[in-house]
Amino acid sequence: MSMAVDSFAASVRRFSPRLLLSELMLKQWFEPVVPFTVMIGLWAYFALTIPDYASVQSSVSLLRLFAEFGFVALAMGFCLVTGGIDLSVGAIFALCNFAALYFLLVREWPVEAAIPATLVIGALLGSINGFLIGFLKTRPFLTTLVTLIILRASVNLLNTQYAQVFATNSVESDSWDFIGGGTVLGIPINAATLFVVLLICHVFLSRSRYGWHLTAIGASRKAARHAGIRVRLMLFMTYVLSGTLCAASGIFYAARQASTDSTTGVGWEFQALTAVVLGGVSLAGGKGTVWRAMIGAVIIFLLINGLVRMGVPGYVTSAVTGLILLVAVGIDVKWSKNRGKAIQKIYVNPAFVPLAAAPAVHAGSGSPYAQNDRLINAQGIGIDQVEGPEDVILDRQGRLYGSTRDGNVIRFSGPNFETREVFAHIGGRPLGMQFDRDENLIVAVAGMGVYGVAPDGRVFKVTDETNRTWYKLNDDSRLRMADDLDIAPDGKIYFSDCTTRYEMTTNTLDILEGRPNGRVVCYDPATKTTRTVINHFYFPNGICVSHDGRSILIASTSLCKVFRHWIEGPKKGRTEVLIDELPGNPDNINRASDGTYWLALVGIRTPTFDLAARKPGFRLRMVKQVPTDEWLAPALNHGCVLKFNENGEALESWWDPTGISHSTLTSMREHQGYLYLGGLENNRIGRIKLDGVDDSWTGYDAYWGAKSRATTKVTG
Amino acid sequence: MSVQSPSRGVAATAASSRFGAALGKPSQEQIVLLITISLLVVFGLTLNGFASVSNLLNLLRSISILGVLGLGMGLIVISRGIDLSEVAIMAGSWAIALIYMQNGMSVGAGVLLALGIAVLIGIVNGVMVAFVEAPALFVTLAAGFVIYGLAFWIAPAWVVYAPKDLPSLMYFGAGRLFGIPVPILVFAVAAIAMHFFLSRTSIGRFIYAQGDNPEAARLTGIPLRPLIVLEHVLVALLAWIAGLVWIGTTGSMQMAITQGTMIFDVVLVVVIGGISLVGGRGSVFSVVVGCVLIGTLLNAFTIMDVNSEVQNIIKGVVLLVSIVLDNWLHPRDEETARQGD
Repeated sequence: MSMAVDSFAASVRRFSPRLLLSELMLKQWFEPVVPFTVMIGLWAYFALTIPDYASVQSSVSLLRLFAEFGFVALAMGFCLVTGGIDLSVGAIFALCNFAALYFLLVREWPVEAAIPATLVIGALLGSINGFLIGFLKTRPFLTTLVTLIILRASVNLLNTQYAQVFATNSVESDSWDFIGGGTVLGIPINAATLFVVLLICHVFLSRSRYGWHLTAIGASRKAARHAGIRVRLMLFMTYVLSGTLCAASGIFYAARQASTDSTTGVGWEFQALTAVVLGGVSLAGGKGTVWRAMIGAVIIFLLINGLVRMGVPGYVTSAVTGLILLVAVGIDVKWSKNRGKAIQKIYVNPAFVPLAAAPAVHAGSGSPYAQNDRLINAQGIGIDQVEGPEDVILDRQGRLYGSTRDGNVIRFSGPNFETREVFAHIGGRPLGMQFDRDENLIVAVAGMGVYGVAPDGRVFKVTDETNRTWYKLNDDSRLRMADDLDIAPDGKIYFSDCTTRYEMTTNTLDILEGRPNGRVVCYDPATKTTRTVINHFYFPNGICVSHDGRSILIASTSLCKVFRHWIEGPKKGRTEVLIDELPGNPDNINRASDGTYWLALVGIRTPTFDLAARKPGFRLRMVKQVPTDEWLAPALNHGCVLKFNENGEALESWWDPTGISHSTLTSMREHQGYLYLGGLENNRIGRIKLDGVDDSWTGYDAYWGAKSRATTKVTG
Repeated sequence: MSVQSPSRGVAATAASSRFGAALGKPSQEQIVLLITISLLVVFGLTLNGFASVSNLLNLLRSISILGVLGLGMGLIVISRGIDLSEVAIMAGSWAIALIYMQNGMSVGAGVLLALGIAVLIGIVNGVMVAFVEAPALFVTLAAGFVIYGLAFWIAPAWVVYAPKDLPSLMYFGAGRLFGIPVPILVFAVAAIAMHFFLSRTSIGRFIYAQGDNPEAARLTGIPLRPLIVLEHVLVALLAWIAGLVWIGTTGSMQMAITQGTMIFDVVLVVVIGGISLVGGRGSVFSVVVGCVLIGTLLNAFTIMDVNSEVQNIIKGVVLLVSIVLDNWLHPRDEETARQGD
C-alpha cells in the first residue's frame, strides 16, 4: 500500500480527537447525546448508591411515578418549541386532578364520562392561555404566570371545600383501578400511555404539516406569518394541547393517588421548564424534539426522586434545580449562538505531510524542471472573456472549451477563436472536462458532482453521490469537490473528489490540513452506479487514463506526487507511485501526441512551505491567527507545465517565470500541433506552437479514434 | 392583522403622556389615580373604619414596602427587563444577616452583610442577563429558587427573628419622624431619588433609551451590558432597603414570601401604574399611583376579611386585565417584536 492511500488501520493511527470532536459536533444527533449520557450516568449513580434501585419492581414503580410528570414536561416542551412557555402546567394538572375526582366522587359520573369531561376541562383551561397569548398577543411568560396564580388559588379553594368528600369516598370501578395501578405487558398503564402519546406527538411534531408550522412559528414568528401560517390559531391550539396533556396527567394522578391537597403539582412548572431546557429544547423556540424533552424530564425526575430518597431537604433540591436551570439556560443561549464558531475553531486539524525532496528548478541546473521562458510569449485567446478556465479542451471541430468560475462552459470558435459563446451554464464550479465516445462533454463540477453537456448544449447529470464510508462520522456520500475526470476505454468515468471535509471555497484549508481527505471515484455507465475506487487520498487532482487504457494516473496536489492506479491487467486494483519527486503541486494530467503525458503545476514548492508541511502545529496557528490572505502558500506566481513519460520520468518543462499572463496553470491540452493552457486564476486561455509533434493529433482521436493506443478494445 | 408603524405608536404615546392633561386625553397614570380616588371614596363611605387617619397612615405604611420594591421593579421594567427574584433577594439577604446578628454580629456589620449579599446577587443576575445573554425572566426566576434554597440552607427557619433591643435596626420600620411613620418617609425619599435618577441623570435617560429600543441604544454607544448589570444591582439595592423596612415593621424576616405571590403584587403595582412591559414608558409616578391603588384594595380586603386565596384570584385577574390592557394600549409590532419576551 502506498503512502497516498490511507487504509483503515492507517486512519486509526492518524486519529485526532479534535477532528473527531469537530465532526461529532456537526452531527444533528450530537446535542441530545449529552443530556442522554447525563441521564444514563445519573441512573447508574443512583443504581450504585441506592440499594435495589435497578430491580424490576423498583424500576416499574419509578416509571409509574414518572409518567405524570412526563406528560407535564411534554406539554411544556410543545409550548417552548413555539417560542412560548406555559407556566400554568402544574396548576392545570392539579385542577384536572381535582376535576376528575370531583366528577367521580361528587357528581358520581361513570369513569367513561369523567375522563373525557376532565380532558375537556384541561383543554378549556389551556384555551384561556391560548386565547390570551394567541389572539390577544400577550406575553406567554407573564400571562401563564398569572394564570398559574389564579388556578392555584382556585384549586386550593376547591380542595378545602371538598376535602371531606374525597377523604370519605372512593371510586368503585375496575377500569378506574386499572388506570390507577394496572400494567400493560408489565409496563405501568400511565407510562405505556405516555409512550404512545410520545410516539404520536413525535410524528405530529416532526412529520406533520402542523407540527412544522409550530416549529416555524418558534423559529421565527415573523417569517412564519409572512409564509401564511396562521400564527394566532396555531398558538391557541398549542396551549389547548398543553392543557389537554396536563389533564391526561391529572387523570392518571387522580386514579393513582385518589386524593388532592395543596401541594399537588406545586413547582412542577419550574421542574418541567428546567427539564425541557436541560433536554435541549431551546428557549428561543423552533428547536427541540419530543424525545429531548423526555430525556430532560427523566433527568430531573431521577434527580429529585434520588435526592428525596437520600434524605436531602426540599430547599436544597430547589436550589439545585434552580442552578441547573440557570446553567442550562446559559448553555442553551451560548451554544445556539456559538455552535458554528466552536466547530469552525476546531475543524481544521493539520497533520504531518510526508513530502519527498524537491528537485532543483533554477535555470541552468540541467534538470528537466529548469526554469525557462517558453510560455512568456504564449498567444492569448479570449483575453478578459473567461474567468479562471481551470480546464480547457478542444472538440473534433477544433472548437475550444473552458470551464470558468461563473459556472459556465465557454466555447471559442472561428479560425482565431474570436467567437465567444456560453456553451452551457451548469452552475457550481466546472473544473475538469473530457469528451466521451458520443462527443458529450463530461464535466467535473465542484459542489455538484459530475455532469454532462450534450453537443447541443443540453446539461444532464451523470452522478452526484457515491457509497458512504461506514466508519466515518462525516457523511461522505455526497460529492463535495469533483475536480478532474477521465474516461476509460470501457466508458467508465474515473474522477477525483479532492476533499470530503471542505468545499471549493475552502479547499486551501484541505491542503493546509494535509490529511488524506480526498478519494478517487468511478462511475460505471453500464450499471449507472458510482463507487469509490480509492478512499483516503491526499488531495487527488488530475486524472488521466493511460494511453493503453490499463491504468489511471492520479496527481496528488498536497503530496506533490503522481500515482498510477491499475484498472486492468495483473496489477488491477493496485496503486503505485509514478513520480515521487515533483518541484510543485501537480494539477491536471493530459495525454500528449507522442505517447507521453502533460502535467500542469499549479504552485511551485518553496523551502518554507515544505518546512511548514512538516510542522502541523505551525499551520494550525497560522490558520487560526493569521488572516486568510496572508497564509503561507506555495509560489503561485509561476506557470509551469511539463511532460513525462510512461515510466514517470520528467522530459522537459515550459515555464512562465513572470506569472504575468499564465500563473497557476492547472490544465493544458495538445491539439493539432498546439498546446492550449488554462489556469485557475487566469483571464485568458493561452496557446503555444509545439515543434516536432504530430500536427494531426487530437484528443478525441487519441481516446476514441484512430490515434488511440488502447490495448483493451471494448466494443461500445 | 393590524400592523402599526412603530414611529407613529411612539409619537402618539409620547404626546399623550406629555400633553395628555392639556388635550383632555388622560394618561394611564391619571386614569389609575382617578380609579384610586373613587375607590377611596367608595370604601370610605361603605367600610367601617376605613376613612380614619390611623387607617390611612396604616395603609400608606403597608404599601411602602411594596412601593420600594416597585421602584426597583419599575426601573428594570422601564429598561425592558424584569427581575422576579427581587422578593427573594430581600428575604434571602436579610435572613442570612439576621442569623449572623443572632449569633453576635454587630448591627452595622449585619446590615452591610445583607447589603453585600444583595449586591452580589444583583451582579450575578446582571451578568447572566447582560453577558451570558440569557433571558431575564428565566434567569431571575431560577435565581429566586437558588436564593431561597441557599438562604434556607444557611438560615434554616421559615421565620428568622431580629435580635431584641436593636432600636437602630427597627427605626426604619417602626419609628416615627414628626408623627409620620418612617416607612412612608423611606418610600418618599426613595421615590424622589429614583425620580431624579431616572429623569435628570444621563444614566437614567440611557435606561429609558434601552427600554425603548435596545439595539438603537447600543448603536448610539450606550454601554448596554454594564448598564444592565447596574440595573440589577439597583433592584437588589432597593430590595435591601425594602428588607430593612420589613424587619422594622415585623421584627423578623419570613422566608415564606419567596414562595408566595408577593413578587406578582410588585409586578402588578408596576404594570397597573403604566410602566409598560414593552419598556421605555412610565415613571416613578406610575409606581406611586399603582402602589396606592393596590394598597387601597389590599387594605379594603383586610377590613372585609377576604380569604387570601380569593385575594390571589382577584389580584391575578386584575394583573391579567392590566397585562391585556397594556398590550392593547402598547401593541407589540409584529414586524419588530423579538422572540421570547
